[in-house]
Amino acid sequence: MDWQAFVLTFRLATVTTLILLAVAVPLAALLVLGRGRWLAALEALTTLPLVLPPTVLGFFLLVLLGPRTAFGRGIAAWIGHPLAFSFEGLVVGSVIYSLPFAVQPLVAGFAAVPIPLIDAARLLGARRARVVTSLLVPLARRSLVTAAVLSFLHTVGEFGVVLMLGGDIPGATRTLSIALYNQVENFDYGAAARTSAILLGLSVVALAAIYSKGLKRDAPLGGGRRA
Amino acid sequence: MLELALDARRGAFHLQVECRLEADWTVIFGPSGAGKTTLLRLVAGLDYPRQDAPVSGRVVLDRQVIADTNQRLWIAPGRRRSGLVAQQPALFPHLSAAANIAYGLRHLERAGRARRVEEMLELVDATELASRRPQELSGGQAQRVALARTLAPQPRLLLLDEPFSALDGTASDALLERLWEWVRANGVQTVLATHDVSDALAIGAEVLLLREGRQVAQGAAADVLAGERKRLLGRLGSS
Repeated sequence: MDWQAFVLTFRLATVTTLILLAVAVPLAALLVLGRGRWLAALEALTTLPLVLPPTVLGFFLLVLLGPRTAFGRGIAAWIGHPLAFSFEGLVVGSVIYSLPFAVQPLVAGFAAVPIPLIDAARLLGARRARVVTSLLVPLARRSLVTAAVLSFLHTVGEFGVVLMLGGDIPGATRTLSIALYNQVENFDYGAAARTSAILLGLSVVALAAIYSKGLKRDAPLGGGRRA
Repeated sequence: MLELALDARRGAFHLQVECRLEADWTVIFGPSGAGKTTLLRLVAGLDYPRQDAPVSGRVVLDRQVIADTNQRLWIAPGRRRSGLVAQQPALFPHLSAAANIAYGLRHLERAGRARRVEEMLELVDATELASRRPQELSGGQAQRVALARTLAPQPRLLLLDEPFSALDGTASDALLERLWEWVRANGVQTVLATHDVSDALAIGAEVLLLREGRQVAQGAAADVLAGERKRLLGRLGSS
């Protein structure tokens, strides 16, 4: 068992999930509450990593963040090293790659909050930020948990983006899925089985935890018992 | 005083209203589908001009222009100082009745907020409901709390869209009487939309009669609703 890869993977997944939640909540709120044609383009853009082959995304990021572009060189000058083939680079790649897994459940959860509740809050003087924090987030907390779990698991299991953008540097970019690939390549099937079992067990437990909460609506209609 | 000059389309429905509401209490009377809710939502600022729901016109409240499509002016609902109580109470399900009422009182300090919540609960005769969640309230109780929540920030314009439909006649009359006293004492102009002729006649306010999106008449309840009154009395006599 490659414990270094294990720790790195969990560190990567934790950092990515925290960043994703901070980004996805306002983004999902904008998609649900905003108006304008450009929102469709924004939604398509956030969903793109879902259909784009991970290696393609990884390649674009590798070029963008590498020394071939002014952007990549600027970032390298700013932080002191290139983002490609570094842990920070993996975080950037993971955030982009897992973005739809955080945004989509939140969009669904926010959109399920009844419009009359949002109207009531707006009439009482709530601006968009307060509508989000006082209404959408508490009423869509199941979606928030789902977004966090899916983002975490998706990051734990990613391979293509990590390989293209991070390569295979022990302690810096070698995650569990890269370690698993190496184990299979070296015909170490015993170690590969243990790594796979950990990834499988983690996914099953997390998904079971989500589904055991049931598929109830996040936000009941406000006011009055229903007969 | 509320001045309206509105032209709005919602699919095949066309609302055209041009009037000046000067009375403290105005009833917008009309059958279902006459455009009462659309009109109140436009005045409240909840419905705004969109490509699929075009609106043109002007809304002036106490000499302040709160909407003017020619100037591309559409003040946000929370900045109009108007309150709307709809038929559906739309209480925030994760907050207690008291917290619902306090939602629009962020500008007050804590003690003032608590005092105002208590006053509002007393006004709508719902003091015992303070700590209950909306799911624990009956339809009528939820409507009382929704009314209290709207009144709490002391709007200058109160819009009521059949707000007591879940209350029985006696409870509705008693609440209407309390509300009538409160809005008069606080100088709040009130517009009540209803399709219930007895509501309109009971208050004896100014009436704006709407039919199929057009204003048909405006004036004292006894005059504008004379025909409706006759019909109602006829039905009572024949029963």
